[in-house]
Amino acid sequence: MSAQIESIKPEATPPERAATPAAKAEVKGLNFFYGGYQALKRIDMVVHEKMVTALIGPSGCGKSTFLRCFNRMHDLYPGNRYEGRIVLYPDNTDLLSRGVDPIEVRMRISMVFQKPNPFPKSIFENVAYGLRVRGERKRRVVEEKVEQALRNAALWDEVKDRLHELAYNLSGGQQQRLCIARALATDPEILLFDEPTSALDPIATASIEELIHDLKEKVTILIVTHNMQQAARVSDFTAYMYLGELIEFGNTDALFIKPARKQTEDYITGRFG
Amino acid sequence: MPSQEHLSKQFDIDLDTVRTRVLEMGGLVESQVVAAIEGFATGNRELIERVSTSDYRVNSYEVSIDNDCSHIIVRRQPAGSDLRMVLAISKIVTDLERIGDEAEKIARMSKQIHERGTLQIQRFAEIRHMGGTAVKMLRAALDAFARQDTAQAANVVLEDVTIDNEFRSIIRQLITFMMEDPRTISTALEITWIAKAIERVGDHAKNIAENVIYIVKGTDVRHTTLEDVEREAKKT
Repeated sequence: MSAQIESIKPEATPPERAATPAAKAEVKGLNFFYGGYQALKRIDMVVHEKMVTALIGPSGCGKSTFLRCFNRMHDLYPGNRYEGRIVLYPDNTDLLSRGVDPIEVRMRISMVFQKPNPFPKSIFENVAYGLRVRGERKRRVVEEKVEQALRNAALWDEVKDRLHELAYNLSGGQQQRLCIARALATDPEILLFDEPTSALDPIATASIEELIHDLKEKVTILIVTHNMQQAARVSDFTAYMYLGELIEFGNTDALFIKPARKQTEDYITGRFG
Repeated sequence: MPSQEHLSKQFDIDLDTVRTRVLEMGGLVESQVVAAIEGFATGNRELIERVSTSDYRVNSYEVSIDNDCSHIIVRRQPAGSDLRMVLAISKIVTDLERIGDEAEKIARMSKQIHERGTLQIQRFAEIRHMGGTAVKMLRAALDAFARQDTAQAANVVLEDVTIDNEFRSIIRQLITFMMEDPRTISTALEITWIAKAIERVGDHAKNIAENVIYIVKGTDVRHTTLEDVEREAKKT
């Protein structure tokens, strides 16, 4: 009844959402070129601190290209060119600036790939690798860091008695968690995941997703996924990309229930194409 | 609302089927309310009996459509407007089932009143009029659902005020009857129940209309003001 509607309105108003989290990085006017081909077009986006941001979109939309800009992976190939800025907070470092050393960037921003890619070394040495590259020589410090990284990657209990076995002896899911431990060992500020579960079975996928959920207390996460349900499950914010453009970016719940753009709606409802 | 078809044709078929079944269920429920009110006004036993004996069909529609919604959620993991459609349908069938219960309640009360024989109170015209308003609201809510028409849905929400006023007016009249002649109390109480049931039909029609706005616009307009509902319905 209308009288009731009026009377219950103040209580029925949903509580204010928590304030928008702080920005960990901000992408400003990013263009990216593979030689003459422009793969990313004028991207502006904020990456929120200690939150999971998912990048979704059809194949070839530029989501992996975008992810790889964050740790300057494209520098490894000639002819690639960035325009614009990716500012890392709190020190306002422009990750794309020529004056910034890509090795330093990769220490601060680690990456986990589609297929587990452990080095042909022991479990221990895989995790210790980044520390050694950084110049850490103290055995005790390395051991502590390796244990901490393996614990954070929820792998310690499974491997603590066979740290010096070859990493290839681990199962696919364990190898992927090892790669996450390796990425965590250098205490990165941002962790990039490029379809981290596409080569894993559902059980291993669930454990990685659980891990992502736990890790966001410590680190900011950006994840590329083809699996929209995975994006909906693990992320706080979602960005939908198409043909190198950022079509829509927002709160994951809102984007999957009430997307603002028709292109996003068509993609997430399976009408795209 | 997206006009394009899904890449999966079977998904289109599943959604179309469940939408059609909601409209079938709505049609059945609407005919029950009409029959119950007509049965009250005319004392037609056959109509009254028909409402009571066909309630099981409404219940089985509810269970079956809910099952279809679960099937779509499990198999398709709908998102966006598809998700809103499935969620809203699950609520709409609950409202339709309750409208069916209200029709049955009207039929039961009518049977008692007419079995008692002579009526001390003649309130047929008012109840018929209020019933007509409720049926009009229900029909408009179902049309709005079928056409995804938010303007029509907003009109249904606004119309609820009319039916509430009619209900209050009938109650005032019945109170007067009861105060003047206590012998009318039992019949007046039964007519009160009938008026309340019709008022509830209006409330459920309003709920259905609010769900149509949710499906199309993605905004939950429950427990908001009428101005908010109108504004959301018009938003492009």
